[in-house]
Amino acid sequence: MLRKELGLFLLILVIGAITAVLNPQFISQINLTNLANQIGLFGLFAIGVGVVIITGGIELSVGSMLALLGIIFLDLLVNHELAWPIALLITVGGGVILGTIHGLLVTQLRLQPFVVTLCGLLIYRGLARYYTADSTAGFGYGSGYETLEWLVSGRVGVVPNAFIFFVAVCLIMSVVLHKSVFGRYLFAVGKNEEAARFSGIPTKLVITAAYSIAGLLTGLSAIFFVFYTQSVSPSAHGNFYELYAVAAAVLGGCSLRGGEGSILGIFLGTVLLQVLQNLVNMLGIPSSLNYTVMGAVIMLGVIADRELQRRRMHKIMVDSAAARATGKAPAAA
Amino acid sequence: MMTEQILELRAITKTYPGVTALSGVDLTVNSGEVLGLIGENGAGKSTLMKILGGVVAPSGGTIRIDDVEHASLTVNSSTGAGIAFVHQELNLFENLDVAGNVLIGREPRFGGFMKLIDQKALRARVQPLLDRLGVDFNARALVEDLSIAQRQMVEIAKALSYDARVIIMDEPTSSLTLTETERLLKVIGELRESGVSVIYISHRLSEVMACADRVVVLRDGQRVGSLDRGEITHDAMIRLMIGRSLKSLYLPPKQQPRDQGLVVEDLVTTAFSNSKVSFKIRRGEIVGLAGLVGCGRTEVAQAIFGVDPALGGRVTIDGKSVKLGDVRSAIAHGIYLAPEDRKRSGLVLDLPIAENITLASLPRYARMTLVDTAAEHKVAEEQGRKLKIKAPDVDTIALTLSGGNQQKIVLGKWMSMQPNVVIFDEPTRGIDVGAKSEIYALMRELSDAGVAILMISSDMEEVLGVSDRMIVMHEGHVSGHLERNQFSEHNVLTLAVGGTIQQEAIEHA
Repeated sequence: MLRKELGLFLLILVIGAITAVLNPQFISQINLTNLANQIGLFGLFAIGVGVVIITGGIELSVGSMLALLGIIFLDLLVNHELAWPIALLITVGGGVILGTIHGLLVTQLRLQPFVVTLCGLLIYRGLARYYTADSTAGFGYGSGYETLEWLVSGRVGVVPNAFIFFVAVCLIMSVVLHKSVFGRYLFAVGKNEEAARFSGIPTKLVITAAYSIAGLLTGLSAIFFVFYTQSVSPSAHGNFYELYAVAAAVLGGCSLRGGEGSILGIFLGTVLLQVLQNLVNMLGIPSSLNYTVMGAVIMLGVIADRELQRRRMHKIMVDSAAARATGKAPAAA
Repeated sequence: MMTEQILELRAITKTYPGVTALSGVDLTVNSGEVLGLIGENGAGKSTLMKILGGVVAPSGGTIRIDDVEHASLTVNSSTGAGIAFVHQELNLFENLDVAGNVLIGREPRFGGFMKLIDQKALRARVQPLLDRLGVDFNARALVEDLSIAQRQMVEIAKALSYDARVIIMDEPTSSLTLTETERLLKVIGELRESGVSVIYISHRLSEVMACADRVVVLRDGQRVGSLDRGEITHDAMIRLMIGRSLKSLYLPPKQQPRDQGLVVEDLVTTAFSNSKVSFKIRRGEIVGLAGLVGCGRTEVAQAIFGVDPALGGRVTIDGKSVKLGDVRSAIAHGIYLAPEDRKRSGLVLDLPIAENITLASLPRYARMTLVDTAAEHKVAEEQGRKLKIKAPDVDTIALTLSGGNQQKIVLGKWMSMQPNVVIFDEPTRGIDVGAKSEIYALMRELSDAGVAILMISSDMEEVLGVSDRMIVMHEGHVSGHLERNQFSEHNVLTLAVGGTIQQEAIEHA
């Protein structure tokens, strides 16, 4: 079961080692701290998108959601001078509500997840721009949220808090996905929704909950990003980030057909993506080729995975045919 | 009119590993005749027609078309010889118009290499075919706007466009209204007049009587007889369809059934919105639910289990009411379904045996919402032992097991949850003989333990051999009940095809 994750881990080590040899700066403390921060920021919402992908759905609106929720959070904190715990609660709650709406549209109106979340992508981006009349929002001279600022953008020793928080979320979600009843239902629904329904699993509730979780993690992510970028320009903030999440999930072994994937996989997928981004800088590759490198590596990864999967399936079918042949003998005798 | 033989099948045999689907079947088709082809579910009609269509190659025998012998046909040689199908499930492109469907792949073109479709010529070529059939729509109508009966006419027009000489219709009237059926029979008569032959496959014997010139009857893969125009009667057809010696599978119950059990009152399913279904199954008995494919048995089962909505009615177990259209309510009342399509609805094939067995009862094996895998394994292993599931261990993926063992997983899932009622929909389809008798023994064991059992089966041997009592359905309603001393293939089939038999006739059996 862990073979996929192990392969990914080795790939990260190999790429990391090569980069370190070519440019020792790669393993400098400052670069690694920076890298860890990026991983934390991009991993948080990737986990949410991964959970949705496991149900056989997709969530494309996270980038726009980051902008809209980021703008709202800034407005509440700076212009309305709300206490930061309340602003945080409203922002995260907003994420949960948006995610839940997506889930309800998918399960109750039977709309396609791709369409629902694509509309979300367009709607939230537009709303974010309208909210500030397209101007960039920042912290200005606001104050009173130093604790929060330290929590989300500070670090413990050399480890950025964003990374620590991401790891904690990974641990919690690992338990939820791989140990809990809900997690089992999630995979069953993703693999075969019909059979899950015939076993009395509340499939609609399970799927809706997946989108709610994605909304929750995106809401949290929005706050981290606001403090990271220090300002939100609503037309650019979070652009394309949904694709980082989908890419991390796919690299990490989630199948877009649903029913497959692991939190460890998504974690490693995020790490690999950020290492690749970093490598482009470190090796002096023109940064315009950034996406190309990422796309090519994902493509190769998916091809390799497909091949391994095919061989594994072939082996299972051969083994089971053999087992059936021998298993039948006593029944016939 | 001069009749000539256009098609002759001689000694056609088809074997699959372990099964003989057809053995030594002869069939001739003359020009301008309507040949009725009848037989019970699984008698070999579909296999024979697949051979004619070139989809399946026979294992033995010859096919003679216009005095040319073939060992087997391909789809192209079959079409080329003028054999066309009108399928039970229509194969049309809903997004195209009638003309586009009829000449799909053969559209008149213009514009040289650009291969643009000449819409005008297309319609001009299709309209005469439609006129010939006397339909009430034109070549420009979109297929998605047409009724099932109209779509069927499009299929027939398509067959004619290939200059078909033999049109095979497989259960063409199963979703038509009475008037539409009459229209179709009229069209069949006109086709015959113009020299086109029709092979008419139907369970509806009165339609076969109305249109066939000759009837060929298949049973267990063999041709058991044929009837000429004057000999075609309900009784003669049924007599030929039945009559094999059935092995006794019956395991008598240990005790009388109790009074309590499952009561279904005036249940209306979405498939047959104007039939009400009522019956009772007592704890401790196995009730067979027989009927032809498509008569609404599965729909009744799924409505009781709540995976399909019900339009009306009441379901109670031991007097307690079950909420309709709610699987969780059915499950909470101990009403379980082992569905017809095991791989699609019964199991999550990619999950291990243990996870499939606990899928419906997972919260029982959870502490603080976390799954206790040790408890889960214990239950799965217990069921595996009881049901003799053949697998290395309970972590084996369900996909890798045989059909019989997969069915045992489905049963294990429900047996671990103290059933009150278990509905088996085609419990032994695709399962080998050894596993079959194990499943029958298990059903009896369950019923002796006080479970009410409903078994839907298309297998005559099974439904007659295993049930204590039988309910027969016909087109969405219950057409009769049979007690064990009234069990006979004749009675079941009579009720299944028409339901017009008198009660005394049943008692005689």
